[in-house]
Amino acid sequence: MLPMLTAIAIIVDGLGFSAWLFLSSVGLTLIYGVMRILNIAHGGFYALGAYSAAWSIGLYSQTGSTIALTFLLIPVAALVAGVVSGLLIERGILRFMYGKDEILMVLVTYAIFLVLEDVTKLIWGTDSYVAYQPAFYFGSIDVLGIPYTVYRFIVIGVAAVVGAALWWALNYTRSGKLLMVVIEDREVSASLGINVTLFFTVTFVVGAVLGAFGGAVAAPEISVTPGIGAEIIVLAFAVIVIGGMGSVGGAMIGAIIVGFARAFSVHVYPPAELFSIYLVMAVVLAFRPYGLFALAEGRKI
Amino acid sequence: MKNALRKILVGSALGAVALSVPLAAQAQEPVKVGVINFYSGGASGPFGIPAKNAAEVIIEGINAGTIPAPYNSVGIAGARIEPIYVDENSKQKVADFKKLVQGDGAQIVIGYTSSGSCKAIAPVAEEVKALTIFAVCGTPQIFEEVVTEPKYAFRTISHATSDNVGAARYIIDTTPDLASISGINQNYAWGQDSWRDFSAAISKLKEDVEVKTEQFPKIFAGQYGSEISALLTNKSDVVHSSLWGGDMEAFILQGGGRGLFDNSKVVLTVGDTAVERFGKQIADGTVIGARGPYGLLAPDNALNKWFTEAYVARFGAQPVGPSYQTAQALLALKAAADKAGSVAPEDISAALAGLTFEAPSGTIQMALAGGHQAIAGITYGTYKFDEAVGKGTLVDLKEYPAECVNPPAGVKGTEWIEGGLQGAKCN
Amino acid sequence: MNNLDRTELGFIAALPLLIACGLLLPQWIVNYIHVSLGTGLVALGVMVQMRAGLVSFGQGLYFCIGGYAAGLAGRLWGLSDFFLLIALGIAAGLVVSFLLGFLLRRYRRIFYAMLSLAVSMILFGLLSSSEELGSTDGFNLPATSYLGWLPGQSVSGDVLYVATCIPTVICAILLHRFLRSPMGYVGEALRENEIRIEYLGMSARKAVHIIYVIAAVVSSIGGVLWAMALGHIDPEMTNWVTSAQFVFIAILSGIGNVAAPLFGTLLLEFIRVYAVEIAPDSWHIIVGSVMLLIIVFLPRGLWSLVSSNNGLKNKFTHRVKAASEPEGARS
Repeated sequence: MLPMLTAIAIIVDGLGFSAWLFLSSVGLTLIYGVMRILNIAHGGFYALGAYSAAWSIGLYSQTGSTIALTFLLIPVAALVAGVVSGLLIERGILRFMYGKDEILMVLVTYAIFLVLEDVTKLIWGTDSYVAYQPAFYFGSIDVLGIPYTVYRFIVIGVAAVVGAALWWALNYTRSGKLLMVVIEDREVSASLGINVTLFFTVTFVVGAVLGAFGGAVAAPEISVTPGIGAEIIVLAFAVIVIGGMGSVGGAMIGAIIVGFARAFSVHVYPPAELFSIYLVMAVVLAFRPYGLFALAEGRKI
Repeated sequence: MKNALRKILVGSALGAVALSVPLAAQAQEPVKVGVINFYSGGASGPFGIPAKNAAEVIIEGINAGTIPAPYNSVGIAGARIEPIYVDENSKQKVADFKKLVQGDGAQIVIGYTSSGSCKAIAPVAEEVKALTIFAVCGTPQIFEEVVTEPKYAFRTISHATSDNVGAARYIIDTTPDLASISGINQNYAWGQDSWRDFSAAISKLKEDVEVKTEQFPKIFAGQYGSEISALLTNKSDVVHSSLWGGDMEAFILQGGGRGLFDNSKVVLTVGDTAVERFGKQIADGTVIGARGPYGLLAPDNALNKWFTEAYVARFGAQPVGPSYQTAQALLALKAAADKAGSVAPEDISAALAGLTFEAPSGTIQMALAGGHQAIAGITYGTYKFDEAVGKGTLVDLKEYPAECVNPPAGVKGTEWIEGGLQGAKCN
Repeated sequence: MNNLDRTELGFIAALPLLIACGLLLPQWIVNYIHVSLGTGLVALGVMVQMRAGLVSFGQGLYFCIGGYAAGLAGRLWGLSDFFLLIALGIAAGLVVSFLLGFLLRRYRRIFYAMLSLAVSMILFGLLSSSEELGSTDGFNLPATSYLGWLPGQSVSGDVLYVATCIPTVICAILLHRFLRSPMGYVGEALRENEIRIEYLGMSARKAVHIIYVIAAVVSSIGGVLWAMALGHIDPEMTNWVTSAQFVFIAILSGIGNVAAPLFGTLLLEFIRVYAVEIAPDSWHIIVGSVMLLIIVFLPRGLWSLVSSNNGLKNKFTHRVKAASEPEGARS
């Protein structure tokens, strides 16, 4: 039996880590669901978001104005980074590739990721950026004697809001419903007069913004360095594969499973932390070969 | 050019010997020197780029003869250095190394940060007979197991044993009522070795110190929420961490925000890079090391003054550990080549073995492994935020001499610690 | 050895050529060829699976198993015999892949990719946290011997190179034969439409299992050869980044012919080497751009250049080309 304190710590840590995982992977699952592109460049968007947030918060803090406004800078930085890079990549490269083999698209996005990584390095250099002001602004609160930063709880809230907003937008708005049609069958929806290309562009940009947002939200708590994009890719893949690729709800469940698995191993058996995520992925796939919430797929004979 | 000439005149005024060397410099072919570090990936920011910057400063200084005595002659043994920079972030390290030596004609190679690279390269360096000076990597195994009778491979920094023995000594010296320790180290060779050496040294230096929890997050994990909770719930007097670069900075931010640094005394064996940039975010009382007497822990000598000024003037940032280590390797090369009066790898190797030379970090002795492995002292300090200047400083500096934190010749690091640190000379 | 086709004759002709290159070219170039033979075999293993529509993002697993089988034999029992180490590598790859095959054969497409990745990363985690096995630093292999003969240091490199060429060429020819065998064509059909295979009374899962094991054994041999060439192994061999590189090589080279991944490995190696030489800090931009250009202008891989220039209208490669178009449009 776990001590009470450890159990509580696992729950809070698990939730905190899951929230970050969900924000970092939901853009990936959205793009896959709609476009069937496993977007490795997602890691590049994450890094761009983290860098632009850390950089702008750093610049802003030097002016000595109130820290509260930096909370506005985080989404703005993500929006700018995501829209600019997402549009450039979708309009400049990807649209010429639609219809190609799924695996070839993975390769295309990998090549884009390599280029993005070095572009990030050329813009911001190799020195790390720290923008801790928002993370420290609200201080910390105690949960049974263990202090947690309030920022962590804000991130948990934001993740819940983003998840709910996406779910609402997909299920209860006109564009969302049309998008579901596009997901279900691309050719039929095109013949029904839906502008599939526009949906693709918008989806990719939204996915890019979400990826950048994941990085921007994480930025105040981490040190933004070259290579952070590469680290997130496999984690995000694991999350969406466990949840079922293309499902927003699945990404949330996947994030919670991975987050709790990690928190559990850290508290109970630290050496397993290194591969706990992969172990969970292998176990889940062994029982649910296509993830927990796989999209329905027609069998073509 | 004009500048170089003036330096030659100054140099000749300083010593008669110096005169003949610079004159030869005009005639000699430049020497190609490979400089290998991580120029891409997660290790580039904290290691590769600061190392490359230092290499640029030192090589320029050597070629112009502008470095203070005893390095105030032009070139190495009169020959200019022509650097070739190669990224260590490669799957084919050995093939890259051979290309550098056999394809590009660099008979001298300096660098390597990852211990894995050093282990792979050391035997190849011997095989192709290229003078190879490892500058940053820390594993003691290089000369203890991989190449036991080196001829061409050298390392000009102490191996990692000294970092953690030094940290253990500092903790024992500054924490009289030490009863428990915990660790958070990356789950790869460097982190595992660091924690093993530190915890073993503590247990030998003081009896009945309890180990509360050992955390091993993945390298580049960046998120340490769970680990910090584990460290907070298993409260201990001292928390040891060998996290470096971005991971270490993230740990300071996340741990600092949750009071970990006030709860326990945290030792950051590679914490020096954070001091400049964090200010109040690091709690007073945190113990900071730099893997050697570098940066804020560096001695006050003419070489250090010159190096720091030249580096800051050029890059607008303070040199960090890997910068000092790279500078050290290049100056070792110059010292040995000047002594040998030749740039042939064999001659430099013969001169470098057992050499004692000066570096911005103080005096380095090539004392172990038949004169191929350096030993140097190590310094630790305690962080204190200086309200008056608004910057962090290090106080209570303690310098441990080389013989105090390194095993004697012929003894392996881990065996030395397990055997109770026999033969250590601490004053 | 009758009915050899053009590819097989080509390989047999290539062997003396390859060996001649090793003796005539500057040693540093030979080094890249040497290590590329090992990694090329792994890419070949990826390509064999790709022919059946299976993309393994964890082929590094068998690359690593081969390498560690050879390395551990040296570390634990002092073994260094070339033939023995290859046999050990084959055995290790065979056993592990036969067992894992029961799990993997149930998966297709991206799930096959992700599960193979997960398995390889579990091995990465285990090796990285085991200090006895050298952790992430790995360990070195002893110099290779041949049936009791240990060549002197001056010739050991050349001998090992020649010794590496032979199994590589044999593997390539055998794989080529496999792909042209009935089982090989079942793999083709798997990629096209699995359900039709089942209607024809064949077990798709069994076919996947066989292909998985064959790919694993080839990759293990690649791992052994690479480890001997490098003299050092570490867990990076089974990191997903390594595996991804094999996938990229296989796709960029094209899956039309078994020679493609071997050539592709070498070519990409030299692209990387020169990219690093031009821009040590930002060579990823160059490699990434080259990859993008190849995909855009040669979507069937580099091999399509060779096959069309030679006018080599092999019925088989033709079929593959024709098949790849509707494949993409279908999804």
